[in-house]
Amino acid sequence: MPVMGDRTAAEPTLFEKSRPGRRAGTLPALDVPAVDPAETLAGVELADEPPALPEVGELELVRHFTRLSHRNHGIDVGFYPLGSCSMKYNPRMAEVIAGLPGFRDQHPWAPDAACQGTLAVLGDLQHWLCELTGLPAATFQPAAGAHGELTGLLLIRAYHEDRGDARRTVVVPDSAHGTNPASAAMCGYDVVTVPSGPDGLVDVDALERLVDDQTAGLMLTNPNTVGLFEVEIERIAAVCHRVGALLYYDGANFNAIMGRVRPGDMGFDVVHLNVHKTFATPHGGGGPGAGPVTVSGRLAPYLPAPVVAQDADGGWYWDHDRPKSIGRMHGFHGNTAVLVRAYAYLIYHGLEGLREASARAVLNANYVAAQITDHLPLGYPKHPPMHEFVATGTGLKAHGVRVSDLAKRLIDYGFHPPTNYFPLIVDEALMVEPTETETPETLDAFAAALRAIVEEAAADPELLRSAPQTTPVARLDEARAARELVLRWQPRP
Amino acid sequence: MRFAPHTPDDVEAMLGVVGRPSLAALFDHLPPGVLTDEGLDLPQGLSEDEVTRRLSAFAAANDTDAVCFAGGGAYDHFVPAVVPSLLSRGELLTAYTPYQPEVSQGMLQALFEYQTVVSELTGLPVSNASLYDGGSAVAEAVAMACASTRRNRVQVSQALDRPSRQVVRTYGHPLRRIVEEVGYDDSGRTPLTDVPGDVAAVVLAQPNAVGVVEDVRAWSEAAHRAGAQLIVKLEPTAVGLLATPGSQGADLVVGEGQPLGQGLVYGGPTFGFLACRQDHVRRLPGRLVGETVDARGTRGYVMTLRPREQDIRREKATSNICTNQTLTAVAGLIYLAWLGPQGLRELATTCLARARHAAQRLTAIEDVELAVDGPFLKEFALRLPVDRPDVVVQRLHDAGYLVGPVVDDGPAAGAVLIATTERRTRDDVEGLAGALAEILRDLRAPLRYLRAEPCR
Repeated sequence: MPVMGDRTAAEPTLFEKSRPGRRAGTLPALDVPAVDPAETLAGVELADEPPALPEVGELELVRHFTRLSHRNHGIDVGFYPLGSCSMKYNPRMAEVIAGLPGFRDQHPWAPDAACQGTLAVLGDLQHWLCELTGLPAATFQPAAGAHGELTGLLLIRAYHEDRGDARRTVVVPDSAHGTNPASAAMCGYDVVTVPSGPDGLVDVDALERLVDDQTAGLMLTNPNTVGLFEVEIERIAAVCHRVGALLYYDGANFNAIMGRVRPGDMGFDVVHLNVHKTFATPHGGGGPGAGPVTVSGRLAPYLPAPVVAQDADGGWYWDHDRPKSIGRMHGFHGNTAVLVRAYAYLIYHGLEGLREASARAVLNANYVAAQITDHLPLGYPKHPPMHEFVATGTGLKAHGVRVSDLAKRLIDYGFHPPTNYFPLIVDEALMVEPTETETPETLDAFAAALRAIVEEAAADPELLRSAPQTTPVARLDEARAARELVLRWQPRP
Repeated sequence: MRFAPHTPDDVEAMLGVVGRPSLAALFDHLPPGVLTDEGLDLPQGLSEDEVTRRLSAFAAANDTDAVCFAGGGAYDHFVPAVVPSLLSRGELLTAYTPYQPEVSQGMLQALFEYQTVVSELTGLPVSNASLYDGGSAVAEAVAMACASTRRNRVQVSQALDRPSRQVVRTYGHPLRRIVEEVGYDDSGRTPLTDVPGDVAAVVLAQPNAVGVVEDVRAWSEAAHRAGAQLIVKLEPTAVGLLATPGSQGADLVVGEGQPLGQGLVYGGPTFGFLACRQDHVRRLPGRLVGETVDARGTRGYVMTLRPREQDIRREKATSNICTNQTLTAVAGLIYLAWLGPQGLRELATTCLARARHAAQRLTAIEDVELAVDGPFLKEFALRLPVDRPDVVVQRLHDAGYLVGPVVDDGPAAGAVLIATTERRTRDDVEGLAGALAEILRDLRAPLRYLRAEPCR
C-alpha cells in the first residue's frame, strides 16, 4: 500500500521541469577584479549562450532523483540473483570510509609523501590480492573487469614480443564472457573458440588440437560461466604451457574460491579481479568498479607504470622506472576509492571470513539448485555447481513461452531476474547466483516462485507473456528504441 | 559469520537439502593439487569499529591540508552536498547494469538525462552512457576514428596531457597504430599544419595541457580536408564560456568528468565522456540509452543498439566495455543540474577572473613569467627561474600549497601548472605568491654568492 499516491509514477525529465532563471547552485562572490571574457579572451570563439542545462531548484533536484530511485531495483531493495555478477550486500561501512576527507580530498598528482595513507592501503591490498591469487605482482589502473582483461592480454602480448615470439591467437571457451573475445580482438589477436564438452567443461582434447606455437594464451573463468569448476585445470594448464601459451584467469567468479583455490597454483599467469563483485563494492548501476590485475614474475616487468612500491625505510611511492612497461591504461591511478572499499571488506572478513563467505556462496547456490531442478533442470548436471548454476528453461517452449518470459514474471513475484540467455551453450539459459549474503528464507521464497511460474507456464502461459504487471512500465519496445534512436531529450516542436 | 546470515542450524539444514556432510565437502570434487591450505598471509577479521579506526588512521596519514592550486586534469571544484547525498540512495547505488528495464527505469532515465547534458556540453548529438576516465575515452575515440576512416595513423598534439597520450599508445600498440605527436608553439597552441592524407584523426585538448585555448575550428577544417576526423578532449567547465567543440566542427568530443561534482578522490573513480555525430552512433563503445514506449504506450527507456556490445557481438564488438562508470556519471548530471546554465557560465567566468588575477600576482615576482602567451581559462603554466622546478613544487607543498604537475615536454617543459577554481580566494593567491617568492629567494641566494652575478 503506497504511503502517498503512486511512489513509482512517471517522472518528467529534468529538462521538462526546467524553467528559465531557476537554479540551485551558488558560487562564492569574487574578491578579485572581475573580467569581461570577450575582452580577456579576445580572438577566442566564445559561446553566445551557455549549454542548455536544466534549470531547477534544489528541492526539485532532490525530489527528481529520489523519485527516480523509487523506479529502480537494487540489492538494498530485494534479492538480485544476477549470475556472474555477485550481487551481494554492499557494506555501508565501506561507503563511510571511502568518503573520509583524507581519501576524498587528495589530488591525484599530490606528492607521494602527502599520500602515504592511500599508498599504504594500496600496498597492503596489493600484497593480499597477490596472496589470494597466488601471483607476486599487481596493477591497480584497470577501472573494471574488461579493462583488466585488456591489460592482462597486453601483458601477455608484451611478454611474447619481448622474447621475439609474437603470436597470433587467443583461445576462449564457447562458454566465455563476451568481454573475453572482445578484449582479445582489441589486443589484436584472432580469437579461436574451444568447445565445451558434454559435461559443460572445456573439451581438453579439442583444446590440445587447437593450440600451437601461434597461441598466445587461453582465457578461462574458473569456476566457469556454467558455474562448474574446471576439474581438469591442471591438464589444461599443461596443454597450454607445452606450446608456450599463457593462461589468463577471468576473475568474475572468484567469489566461489576465495582463500580456497589460487589461480597461480592452477597455472595461471595473469588474473583480473572484479572488486565490485568479489569484494562487495557497490555496482552503482553499472560502475564504477575496479579491475586490479595480478601477474606472475615473468609478466611483472610489463605492468602498466607506475606501480605501488615501498622503499627501504618503509615509505610508499609510485615507481615510474619501468622500462618494459606496456604504458598507461588510465589517466590517473585507477578507481582508488573503490579499492579503499575493497580493503575495508578484506580486513573485516580476514582470511577465515573470506573462505567462509565462499563456502556459503556455494552452499546457497546448491541449495537453490536442489529445490528447482525438477522444474528447471541444470544445463550440465554431471558436476555439482559452485557459487552459481545454470538451469535451462527449454521445457517452457512447449507452452509457447521462453525463459525471458519467466524472467519477467519473476519481477511480479518481487525478485530481480537471474541472467538469462547466457552462457550461450545452454538453451534458454537461466544463470542464478544467490551469493552468501542471502538467508535461506529468501532462497526458499525465490525457489518457490520459480516453481510456481513453471506451473503457471503450463496452466496460463499468458501470465508469463504479459509480465511484468507490477512495474512502473510494462515491457518496452526495444525494436522501436533501436529504430528511432532517441538518444537525448529534445524540446517538443 | 560476517555478512552471511546463516545460523548453524541453517547451515546444517541446507547441507541436508544439498546432500553434503559439511561446508568443506562442497569443494571435495576439486583436484586436491590446487586446493590451498589456510597458511596464506592475510589478516584476521576485525570488527566494524576496528576496520573503521584502522582506515581512519590511513586517511589521516594523507596530508590534504595544502591549498590546492594543482591542475593537470583534476581540479578542486566544490562538490555540493546533494551529489553524495543522492548517490547514497541504495536503489541506485546497489543496482547493476540495467539489463531488466522494467525495474531499472530510474537509472535508465538518469543516463538518458546524462547523455543529454553531455550532448549539450560537447555540441554533438550523441553521447554514450560513460567511459572509465578521460584517458581511456581518448583511446576509444581514436579507435572509432580509425574504424570509420579505415586508417591507422593518428596525430596527437603534444599539448594533450601526457597520461592520455600514453593511454592512446598503449591501446594502439597491438593494432600497429601509428601515433605521432604534433608539437605546440610558444603561444601554447598547436600550430596548424597540413594533415597527411592517411591520417585517421587529429587529437587536441581544449583547453590544452598547458592551459591554452586551441583553435578547434581551424583544426577541424584542416582535418576534414584530409578526410581525417578531429577528436577534442574537452575540459567540461570550459564551455561555460567557450563555443562547444561540436559547434566548431569536431567529430568526436571526449573528456574527463572529474571537474563535474566528483571531488579530487585521488583521480578515481570519476568518469569519462564521449560524444559523436549521428553517423558514428553504431561505432560507439559502451552502453547507450534510448527512449521508447511500453506495451501501454507509456514512455520508458532501454539500453539500445546492443548489437555493438561485447556480450552479443563478442570479438566483433566495438569495444570490450561492460561495467563503466554509471554512478559517477550520474553524479556529473546532478552537479550540472545543480549548477544550471547560468551557474556554469558564472563558474567559468569566476575561474577565469581568479586565474587572471593569480597569473598577474605570480608573474609580479621577479623572473617569474608565463611559460606560453596564449589565452587561458582556469589553468596556466608558470615558468620559474630555477633548474629544478620539482624542488620548488615540493617546498611549496611544505609551505602548504599544492601546485603542478610540472609540464613534461614542449616549449613549456619545466613550467609549473597553476589552476584556480572558484574556491581559490585572493588570500590563497597572496599566500602562494608570498611562499613562492620566499622559496625563490632562498634558492637564489647561495647561487648569487657562488656565481657572483644575478642568476637567470
